[in-house]
Amino acid sequence: MRAMVYRGPYKIRVEEKDIPRIEHPNDAIVRVTTGAICGSDLHLYHGMMPDTRVGMTFGHEFVGVVHEVGLSVQNLAVGDRVMVPFNVYCGSCWFCSRGLFSNCHNVNPNATAVGGIYGYSHTCGGYDGGQAEFVRVPFADVGPSKIPDWMDEEDAVLLTDALPTGYFGAQLGDIVEGDTVVVFGAGPVGLFAAKSAWLMGAGRVIVIDHLEYRLEKARSFAHAETYNFAEYDDIVVHLKKATDYLGADVVIDAVGAEADGNFLQQVTGTKMKLQGGSAVALNWAIDSVRKGGTVSVVGAYGPIFSAVKFGDAVNKGLTLRMNQCPVKRQWPRLFEHIRNGYLKPSDIVTHRIPLEHIAEGYHMFSAKLDDCIKPLIVSSAS
Amino acid sequence: MKGKAIMTEAPTPYIAEKRTPMESPETLRARIPGWGVDLDPADRPSFPREQPGIQTGAHWDFPERQPESWPREKSIEHAFVTPVFGTSTPPAGVSGAIRKYAYKYSEGRAAHWLLLIAADRVNAWEHHLRSFATLSPDNPVTETGVLSEPARHGLRSRFGSKRADVNHQWIDPIVVGGPWVLAGLGAVAAVRAVARRVAGRT
Ligand SMILES: NC(=O)c1ccc[n+]([C@@H]2O[C@H](COP(=O)([O-])OP(=O)(O)OC[C@H]3O[C@@H](n4cnc5c(N)ncnc54)[C@H](O)[C@@H]3O)[C@@H](O)[C@H]2O)c1
Ligand SMILES: [Zn+2]
Ligand SMILES: [Zn+2]
Repeated sequence: MRAMVYRGPYKIRVEEKDIPRIEHPNDAIVRVTTGAICGSDLHLYHGMMPDTRVGMTFGHEFVGVVHEVGLSVQNLAVGDRVMVPFNVYCGSCWFCSRGLFSNCHNVNPNATAVGGIYGYSHTCGGYDGGQAEFVRVPFADVGPSKIPDWMDEEDAVLLTDALPTGYFGAQLGDIVEGDTVVVFGAGPVGLFAAKSAWLMGAGRVIVIDHLEYRLEKARSFAHAETYNFAEYDDIVVHLKKATDYLGADVVIDAVGAEADGNFLQQVTGTKMKLQGGSAVALNWAIDSVRKGGTVSVVGAYGPIFSAVKFGDAVNKGLTLRMNQCPVKRQWPRLFEHIRNGYLKPSDIVTHRIPLEHIAEGYHMFSAKLDDCIKPLIVSSAS
Repeated sequence: MKGKAIMTEAPTPYIAEKRTPMESPETLRARIPGWGVDLDPADRPSFPREQPGIQTGAHWDFPERQPESWPREKSIEHAFVTPVFGTSTPPAGVSGAIRKYAYKYSEGRAAHWLLLIAADRVNAWEHHLRSFATLSPDNPVTETGVLSEPARHGLRSRFGSKRADVNHQWIDPIVVGGPWVLAGLGAVAAVRAVARRVAGRT
């Protein structure tokens, strides 16, 4: 089969690989029909995630058709069209049985601090991902769901990570009616978080980024008020002015480890890999939320320490909430919202790239060229 | 809507009342499809954070164990190799040795992560060098995807608006290409040295 393969920082290519095989009785092998590149893949692509091995296939957002099932699989059959959450999880451990699917204890021997994620380094379990023609899906009776007939394939792909993560990020903010919510980052996750904040009754939603074309999308797609932080000396002060000098009730960090806006943080975090990531957006979140407010962090950071302004969080009495998203828990409600027309996830898709051209896709998405917001990976034949 | 108009010039004094009144729920509902459909915080899918007894589809108490085809590296904070794990890219070569050594330290130790990061760099060079002995040598030009620059409007995308990442993007070609340039110069110097020695002998 053809598969994207990591060759070292900023370098990937498409290679011929063996089709994955069933390695556990509850495995399925899925033939991928549509995949995507996520902002999280950029952290791998830039070599920031420890134990990212040459030869690994990335990709944790994908949908496809069941090609083969293991002996104990009951809920899926060959030929089913399925959507697969980015979390690999067992469904039965202490964490899974309480709904903490992203924190499963049975799928990642390499680390206890993180669960399993498809195509996301050995630190997340060493699973090859879905930017390939086929992928091994463990616990086929737990993670995947059949794609409902009424659902578009592209909406289904966005339901495997970006949309549920944004929606989850808004929930972590514990938004109550009338709250002022600030979202840092107008990427797919931030756009969905902003949109979701309204569903939860926000009175005002402000989105911050430095990419004008993404802020434009935040206005049109997420109905948000927007500011370009590159146009202000100090975005924190600006946000204070915009919120009666009190600060926002809720701030969501949908940027993560590659945050811009501070050269030193960028160089130490993303170029030299001396930090778990650049904590610029997280620090702005801590400083621009009001005292007693909530900071929700869905932006991803590496396992090494990061230079976070923790003292301010203590002194302000903040609630910090964060996690990887337990995707499947969000599905029933999100399916309803899509059916009711409140959400149209595929509205943010800007590019559809054949697997064979994925190296160019990564470069474009990473360098934010051509007004790219969300690139999907389509099979090369189509 | 650009937000600038909403900004108040003179701040409200620091008093107990709610701040600048926002749009009414009616206006919001009219302007934003679905506004408030998840208004009740207790009726959101991730509330409460932990939901004992949630249905997951698992029909086992503890999953069957996947066979280990090599001694799987594992965190020393785990009691055993988890019943299911990924089998991508087993550790090999010098990077593999560093990685196995790194797993002697817990996730709480910087040594664990710094060794893994070092192994990643070594791993990339092991493969670059090995690829030169194959029919598909690493090609930093095609593999970095930079050929998409003209088609994807590299210049227009970066300049003309305020972008905060342009100030460090110039470092990327150095981080990626620098070692290749150095390796290339080294190879040229080595070939020259050999040629000189051969020439000296005749
Ligand atoms: N928790 C989870 O389960 C989960 C799931 C998916 C993605 N993520 C993480 O969410 C983050 C966003 O993902 P994405 O796909 O939207 O990525 P993305 O790269 O498309 O978006 C990030 C955006 O942040 C902007 N940005 C950079 N610095 C900023 C700053 N200081 N302030 C405000 N904006 C800034 C960028 O211009 C970009 O538009 C990533 O870190 C990703 O790893 C987490
Ligand atoms: Zn992701
Ligand atoms: Zn589990």
